[in-house]
Amino acid sequence: MSFLTVSNVHHTYFSTETATEALNDINLSISKGEFVSFIGPSGCGKTTLLSIIAGLFKPTFGSVQIENQEVYGNTDLSIGYMLQQDYLFPWKTIEENITLGLKLLKGGKKGHGNVASALLSDVGLPPVEKKYPTELSGGMRQRVALARTLAVDPKILLLDEPFSALDYQSKLKLEDLVSNKLREYGKTAILVTHDLGEAIAMSDRIFLFSARPGRLHQTFEVPQELRVLTPFEARAHSSYSSLFQTIWKELESLE
Amino acid sequence: MNNQKLHKQFLQSLRKEKRWIRFYQLVILIAFFGLWEIASRLTWIDPLIFSSPTKVTTLLIDNIADGSILVHISYTLFETVLGFIIGTLLGTILAAILWWSPFLSKVLDPYLVILNSMPKVALGPILIVAMGPGMGSIITMGAIISVIISTIVIYTAFKNVDANYLKVLQTFNATRSQMFKEAILPSSFPTIISTLKVNVGLSWVGVIVGEFLVSSKGLGYLIIYGFQVFNFNLVLMSLLIIAVFATIMYQLVEMLERKLIKNE
Repeated sequence: MSFLTVSNVHHTYFSTETATEALNDINLSISKGEFVSFIGPSGCGKTTLLSIIAGLFKPTFGSVQIENQEVYGNTDLSIGYMLQQDYLFPWKTIEENITLGLKLLKGGKKGHGNVASALLSDVGLPPVEKKYPTELSGGMRQRVALARTLAVDPKILLLDEPFSALDYQSKLKLEDLVSNKLREYGKTAILVTHDLGEAIAMSDRIFLFSARPGRLHQTFEVPQELRVLTPFEARAHSSYSSLFQTIWKELESLE
Repeated sequence: MNNQKLHKQFLQSLRKEKRWIRFYQLVILIAFFGLWEIASRLTWIDPLIFSSPTKVTTLLIDNIADGSILVHISYTLFETVLGFIIGTLLGTILAAILWWSPFLSKVLDPYLVILNSMPKVALGPILIVAMGPGMGSIITMGAIISVIISTIVIYTAFKNVDANYLKVLQTFNATRSQMFKEAILPSSFPTIISTLKVNVGLSWVGVIVGEFLVSSKGLGYLIIYGFQVFNFNLVLMSLLIIAVFATIMYQLVEMLERKLIKNE
């Protein structure tokens, strides 16, 4: 039973000079609770595909369905999207930032306050509800962004390189946190990343894309023994490096 | 302990610097008026044209005593504040409409450029004929002079808001008006405030020119009247009053700025 289905998706960007084909005939399906990664050289259209899955725009051709519902223009589906930077609104308090999605989706009801404090402790932050984003460090801010995404209880989480702007230590900690939370809540997630190691450590399956135009090149299954480990532990496991080598060779052959 | 002492020293040096700044500012002020007075008395400058601080002050005291100046000040101030608020508000609303409809903004683009480059005070005579020689047309002058440039500047700020903020809102299925309220408007506050600062000056120009053209009351009227009867004491007194009130308005806008943009 497939949760998310991408079928025959083509996408072309138009400018006055050229028409650039970003995606060419993408077909894939993801089951419920699965964590998958999109990797590939730059220009392989992985972010474009993520935006299409998020329903931010319509593909030139093809369809994306979640639980047999078309995603584009569907206001019933809630999708969590985390970006490279936190994009917390600097003029809103942490609490207002976390409950922003709730306010927009479920109306301006009060009493989201306890939701915010529960989520803050859930993502391992002290009670900073009344502070402003500028008072927090980069790692803390990205945790708040995660809380904001989880607050609306999305059906699927789309992670667009959410760890790439962090320092290495925060990045490792946050990988573990995200991985734990998603498992805990049984969420389906797609991670777009440049970091092959991160993809192996976090995912159940890895989709490798080739560039210009973006095509699905190959799919890798992450072995069971790595999946049960936290990302941090997985990096130290013996099957980690062999899978790393295999995918690395494929990546090299693409460039 | 030692740290506290160092901090105390640091604060002291800050205070000291501030005192010196105030001191030199005062020196310039006194030197300006002192030199003006002396130059006028020794007829280095023509006292008939350039007057002198004592003559201006005497006139001001007389005018305050008989209450006439207060009427003029309140008229001009009312017109300026109203023109200023209307101009900025209308500019923001127009900018919001342009942001709302990218198609409309493309259509209107050349017209905005034309309206912006045209000297608005040239519209004065038409306004006066159309709206009558009263307060209405003067306030309109005060507003019209700032509205187009406000629209252009604020619209540019709206367009430059980081698209990723909108992306975040879009994933929460936000409507366009929610996007405007949650992201576009608040992140453009700094620009709107700096437009306000520019508009303080512009509205004074509009209102004073408006009063030149029609009015029988207000500081602009006093200037033109003083010029016609060759009473330059009156002209310079009005000028000084305008300087004081324009500064107060500017300071108020800065206070508003500190209040609105506290968490940058």
